[in-house]
Amino acid sequence: MTGTIGGRVPLVDGPQKVTGRAQYAGDLQRPGMLHAKIVRSTEAHARILSIDFSAAREVPGVAALLSGERYPRTFGVLPITQDETLLAVGKVRYRGEGVAAVAATTVEAAERAARLVKVEYEPLPEYDDPRDSTGGVTVKIHDESPGSTNLQKEVRQEFGPVDEAFHSAAHTVEVSGTFQGVTHAALEPHAVIAEYGPDGRLTVWASTQVPHYLHRALARVFDLPAHRVRVIKPEVGGGFGGKGDPMPHELVAAALSLETRRPVKLVLSREEVFYLNHGRHPTRNKVRLAAGADGTLTGLEVEALIDGGASSSFGTVTTYYNGVLSVGPYRIPAFRYHGQRVYTNHPPSGAMRAHGSVNTRYSLEVAMDILAERLGMDPTELRLRNFLPPNTTTLNEFRITSNSVRECLLAARERSGWAKKFRSLPLGQGIGVGCGFFISGSNSPIHFTPKFPQSTVHLKVDVDGGVTVHSGAADIGQGSQTVLAQVVAEVLGVPIERIHVSEVDTDTSPVDLGSYSSRVTFMMGNAAERAARSLLEQLKKAASDLTGLPAPSFVPAGDALSAPGHPEATIDFLTAVHKAMEHSGALQSSGSYESPPLGGSFKGAKAGTSPAYSFSAYVAQVDVDLDTGRIGVGKVWAAFDCGTPLNPLLVEGQIEGSIHMGLGQLLGEELRYRKTRLMNPSLLDYKTVSATEMPEVECLLVGKADPEGPFGAKEAGEGPLPPILPAVANAVYDAIGIRFTDLPLTPDRVWRALRDAEKAGGLRKPRPPEAHAR
Amino acid sequence: MKLRVNSLEYDLAVLPHRLLVDLLREDLGLTGTKRGCDDGSCGACTVLVDGKPRHSCLTLGRLVEGKEITTIEGVASGDGLHALQRAFVEKGALQCGFCTPGMVLTALPLLERVSLSEEEVREALAGNFCRCTGYTKIVEAVLSAAKARGRAP
Repeated sequence: MTGTIGGRVPLVDGPQKVTGRAQYAGDLQRPGMLHAKIVRSTEAHARILSIDFSAAREVPGVAALLSGERYPRTFGVLPITQDETLLAVGKVRYRGEGVAAVAATTVEAAERAARLVKVEYEPLPEYDDPRDSTGGVTVKIHDESPGSTNLQKEVRQEFGPVDEAFHSAAHTVEVSGTFQGVTHAALEPHAVIAEYGPDGRLTVWASTQVPHYLHRALARVFDLPAHRVRVIKPEVGGGFGGKGDPMPHELVAAALSLETRRPVKLVLSREEVFYLNHGRHPTRNKVRLAAGADGTLTGLEVEALIDGGASSSFGTVTTYYNGVLSVGPYRIPAFRYHGQRVYTNHPPSGAMRAHGSVNTRYSLEVAMDILAERLGMDPTELRLRNFLPPNTTTLNEFRITSNSVRECLLAARERSGWAKKFRSLPLGQGIGVGCGFFISGSNSPIHFTPKFPQSTVHLKVDVDGGVTVHSGAADIGQGSQTVLAQVVAEVLGVPIERIHVSEVDTDTSPVDLGSYSSRVTFMMGNAAERAARSLLEQLKKAASDLTGLPAPSFVPAGDALSAPGHPEATIDFLTAVHKAMEHSGALQSSGSYESPPLGGSFKGAKAGTSPAYSFSAYVAQVDVDLDTGRIGVGKVWAAFDCGTPLNPLLVEGQIEGSIHMGLGQLLGEELRYRKTRLMNPSLLDYKTVSATEMPEVECLLVGKADPEGPFGAKEAGEGPLPPILPAVANAVYDAIGIRFTDLPLTPDRVWRALRDAEKAGGLRKPRPPEAHAR
Repeated sequence: MKLRVNSLEYDLAVLPHRLLVDLLREDLGLTGTKRGCDDGSCGACTVLVDGKPRHSCLTLGRLVEGKEITTIEGVASGDGLHALQRAFVEKGALQCGFCTPGMVLTALPLLERVSLSEEEVREALAGNFCRCTGYTKIVEAVLSAAKARGRAP
């Protein structure tokens, strides 16, 4: 063992990135490359009457002009909802949707030509409020919606005696929340180069989290056999779900290359990235809790109306997740869910970090806080009373294995000095708690056919002793390449410098489904561990051949294989490698991961199943400016159970980044619409949390090894996000006695609430639990 | 016009509307300078002009004639990383790496100050957008590099 597992190992590609040498899709050039620009719709819902290319065609340098009819085949990330086209066909469904595209010799020529394309529209009724999309719809956004609705997906689930639970409850709490749309805002704008070569192969370099799904979409839309499509993923400048679908512009670049037989580059402007969106869904939800007199939860009811925007994307999953990801970390004996995701004429919503779970989690954790207050209980005590234990099954048949949520809450409570602070800080200051759980990868692969493992890793050892790792897992900055190198180095007992991780190239990388649903460490990590163990067996056999000792006698350590009790028989790694490849000239291995069969047999039973779940408990301390309404978050104690952290440096980075993004949604980020018109498509007007506003974060990694995770690890990419929003909101309540259920908590909204509270009889802190009658 | 970039002299024909960011990325192939926003709000395109951080996406190429430009490619000396770059890698101050060039170049002049507090670092980096790290480890890296020079507590 080399000790890389569990160490604070810096990113293996860090030196490349910090010197500017790392190559992102937008940095690449190809000989004879053309540049593309997309003409985007100025209407939100309209029939396309005509597209006039005559003026655009006259611009010097224009090589191709394209409209949607040329390649009308649909695609989409989920096989059941392939409802996107590379450019609009027949009608547009959101303002900013691609209508036409130009390829030209320079960016300037492409832009000039794009401006000269004349599109004539016939406006159709626009739908901006999801409540208007559930019935009485006169012109449907997609014909597939049932009746006179714009419904994309409806889920109804019921487990256990829900009505009885609410009838006989000692306490019920109801929280209705509204949530604005937010977007990933990864710093790298999406970029792609497509090149259709004379060999009849289409090669695409794209900033994507899902090279495999992009590969499938390209083959489908252009009717090419998959082996004639090659997808290469260079460095990706952040994703967070925003690069998690095959995206229309990626297919546009490919189409233009097919038309011109030349490489075509397309880089989105920041404004275009905002219109591409696929961010977190604007949502209205209602959470009802039923509890006994001692605070034991007896029932949970969740309703959600979800604004899907103009296409499906991951929406079917989103609709399930808004419900099913609320069955933990608390024991829920009865559960009912009704979720509806409707199309509107907003840019598409999709998967964004902690997909589908954030908004319900917020309302649920606020409801827990209210329930605790009703009961006269400390909210941490209420949560401790209701936590799921490890090794259990939820009522909707999620298999829970390792679970340190109790340890998380105890650690955050202790480190934050909760007992001295709760309800005891001066007016304007407060402390609050929020918990959560999340999947370590969706148990069901998105594509079922042909059947293949969710992740496969190939190892190839060269005669120089370097180990090259081929994986289709997409490193988007989270550090999956580093984790791959750590796992392989650990198993082989070699320094991490020996390990070279290749970029994703579908010609050489085995399939990994991609970076979404926090699946990579768990699934790719397991595949890598298996590949390395298989390689190790070959090296032990070589050591055995060299020494005459049985192969199982050897253990890897310190760049060598040694046999305990036989110091003379130590074989260094390179010698073992040379022996192993003596007759074949090659030393290779593969490993793969398939998730175990999980979940019930009811409709939708697989949604939310995962081989392992992360758990979390956050405490946040805030300072509310009573004059301006500005919420300052001073410190966050973030206790997280990701099993055994393979690399605490990277886990902390995920937690800190999640807190940044979650605070953004809570405090100010918002895709602001006036009807269907997006008002703030720029980083100047889309207000994220800056370096000066970011709180101090103390990460408490208290998990225990997961039985099935690689070296005991679980996810840490998305689960760290949801708890921060309710932890801060509950702290705000502790500070000023005001509950907020509509986001974001911008200073003007808080200021108005403060003034209203003063008018209504004075602003005061809530009373401490002891002051309540039990 | 003549231009000095990373201590090398270039003699170039530059159109009046050519932005410095495009000049660096397209004409000189120095793609370490990134484009993230198009309007000066993200700081990814930051380079040093005569030692001062400047948004290259808001600077016309012609305006830097005769000045000394430092891009991320010119920060490391020889084979080794600059101490600030090393601190970024070791402290986990980068994830996707897209903001990193701009962050490093914004932070670099801070190391010249006589003393440097956490607040000053946060203030100086407030115009540089990072979506991955929550800034925590970036601030830590800058302070640790400053501390190594005896400039921070």
